Amino acid sequence: MENLIAGAEMLARWDVVLALFVGSIGGVIIGAIPGVGPAVAIAILLPATFSFDPIVGLTMLLGIYGSSMYGGAIPAILINTPGTAVNALTSYDGYPMTQRGEAHRAVSLAYSASFWGGIFGILCLILLSPVLALVAPMFGSREIFLAALLGIILVILAHRGQIFAAGLLAMFGIFLQTVGLDAVTYTQRYTFGYSFLSSGINLIVVVLGLFALSQAFFLLTAPDSSPDAKPVSGKMNAGIKELMKHKRVATVAASLGVILGMIPGTGEFTAQFMSYTYAQKSSKAPEEFGKGSPEGLIASEAANNAVPAAAMIPLLALGIPGEALTAMMLSVFYVHNVIPGPQLFQNNIDLVYGLYFALILLNVIVFVFLLFSTNLMTKIIRIPTRFLGVMILILSFVGVYSLRNSLTDCMISAGFGVLGLILKRLNLPIVPIILGMVLGGIMEVKLRAAMPRLKTPFDMIDRPIAFILFAMICLILLLHLRTLIKEWRAHQPEEDHDIHDTQTR
Amino acid sequence: MSRVKTLQSLFKRYRRPGDIVFAWVLLIVAVFLLSQLFEQTAYKSGGKLFSQPRFWPAVSLSLMALFAAFHLLGSALSERIEGRWAEVWLWVSTLEYAVWFIVYAAIVPYAGYLLSTVVFSVLLALRSGYRSRMALSAAALSALGIVLIFKTLLQVKLPAGQVYEYLPDGIRQIMLTYF
Repeated sequence: MENLIAGAEMLARWDVVLALFVGSIGGVIIGAIPGVGPAVAIAILLPATFSFDPIVGLTMLLGIYGSSMYGGAIPAILINTPGTAVNALTSYDGYPMTQRGEAHRAVSLAYSASFWGGIFGILCLILLSPVLALVAPMFGSREIFLAALLGIILVILAHRGQIFAAGLLAMFGIFLQTVGLDAVTYTQRYTFGYSFLSSGINLIVVVLGLFALSQAFFLLTAPDSSPDAKPVSGKMNAGIKELMKHKRVATVAASLGVILGMIPGTGEFTAQFMSYTYAQKSSKAPEEFGKGSPEGLIASEAANNAVPAAAMIPLLALGIPGEALTAMMLSVFYVHNVIPGPQLFQNNIDLVYGLYFALILLNVIVFVFLLFSTNLMTKIIRIPTRFLGVMILILSFVGVYSLRNSLTDCMISAGFGVLGLILKRLNLPIVPIILGMVLGGIMEVKLRAAMPRLKTPFDMIDRPIAFILFAMICLILLLHLRTLIKEWRAHQPEEDHDIHDTQTR
Repeated sequence: MSRVKTLQSLFKRYRRPGDIVFAWVLLIVAVFLLSQLFEQTAYKSGGKLFSQPRFWPAVSLSLMALFAAFHLLGSALSERIEGRWAEVWLWVSTLEYAVWFIVYAAIVPYAGYLLSTVVFSVLLALRSGYRSRMALSAAALSALGIVLIFKTLLQVKLPAGQVYEYLPDGIRQIMLTYF
């Protein structure tokens, strides 16, 4: 109870409240503009937040992360272009509703479902906290190593059809984090005699290049366009009443969001898809799905909004990020010397509760904000794409240069920007590189730390949690193999799609 | 695109033109880096294998080369998609904007953040094809807004421009600190 109050106290400061407002409302706007995702915004703001208190910086970034999906639903519904990649399925039912003249119903339903999902996710996080505080200390070096390894495997396997490319990029990420002076043996690794490589390749420089600069290059080289969304009229709170008729779908979708959000490498997209499938199978009108079914809309929005809170679980409890956005947030913790992991729940539990409250507040702020300002959003999303490209380029400079005032960093970042553009154009994923860098670093440190206590390789898995993780790794690999064989036999007809596109991130 | 999908089909990614060029380049990079393993990393005698500084570069680069080889094989065995070299040319033409970015970064310590940002924003807007007075003033004003938020308000660490040294005493300090 004391910790709860201490957590609430952390938020009762003007700078934290301001960060919460800026983050959550900024996140909605960023999410609503197709072409700027939360990843771009968080990457740009990351270095600026280093000078803030940890709670201020984290609240702002969390605000962007948690609220961008609310905003992303607006263009998904109104112009059939998801604002963020995870709103893809929202456009399946949202846009047909707009075509039927029910844009207002679709938008208000999406907000209500998002709110339901968001709050459900946080409540689960709060309820799970005592369990986490109990389980987290059981994670020693070898368990964290195995969990990170599991994360890498899941990230690679999640990119079906491009597993070799995802594996190649994840390995490239792991390699990148080894460049520089080895902190334990003080030997140079892949520096080729260049002094600027001795300090290693900075994660934030890479993140800014791959997410922000590449997006700027992408928008600047593509033809200019200006999305045209029509204003919406009607009462926005109508969605709440309609949501109450579909409580079951919303709750199951949010639960799937929580479960899949906790597993590294899977996240919003899988959660959204599985809940959509569930909603369709259990619906009385499955034929309506894809043609403007409110249940489909609810399933996809409730699921994706439950993920941010759940994604904080492996990040806070084990220090393992499950996707790119939490990987970026990890660096904010590190900069402030707050190391997420089992100790966080013992030493900084007030910070953890503070973050929970911030998450609840941001959902309320965003929901209230959207009830009154949807039409403002329809104007904002009309910004021409090349103009956005210019702005992202200028903003990226602040991010890269403020880190350590280095022109070399700008050059490295520009190089990764070009790489990111190529990946986007090829419809290849960027996330494996970032997770490779972060999880690769964790694996190296933890494996080294575990070594002195290991006599035989079997000692690696002689503790219950380590064994469970190892069994999960084996099971996932076996299941993947089984699916491959089944697919081989079934010979499914192939069809092309852009749905997994990193362009919308 | 059909409306109803299986989980498998939704998670698949599909090839785009230029895939094979990218596959070749990455395989060459991976093999080159792997060939440098013994020169660029050390082996501490007496230490355990998993604790060696060479261990992780060796594992990651070997697997990278292996995945790259399979990716290339997949590309080579697939049907050719038209527009390969046009796509590669687009990648190369992106370097222009990378140079814009680096030049901007190089100029800031001399011309100051405010001046270089406004000028760069307007020039880049012109380069992107905007000619109307409204678009160009929007570019300049947005640039000014960015400077005010990041440098004036948030005091982000950016160097003060050398050009400010030539300003009169009263203004100089303000410009050095806030712009």
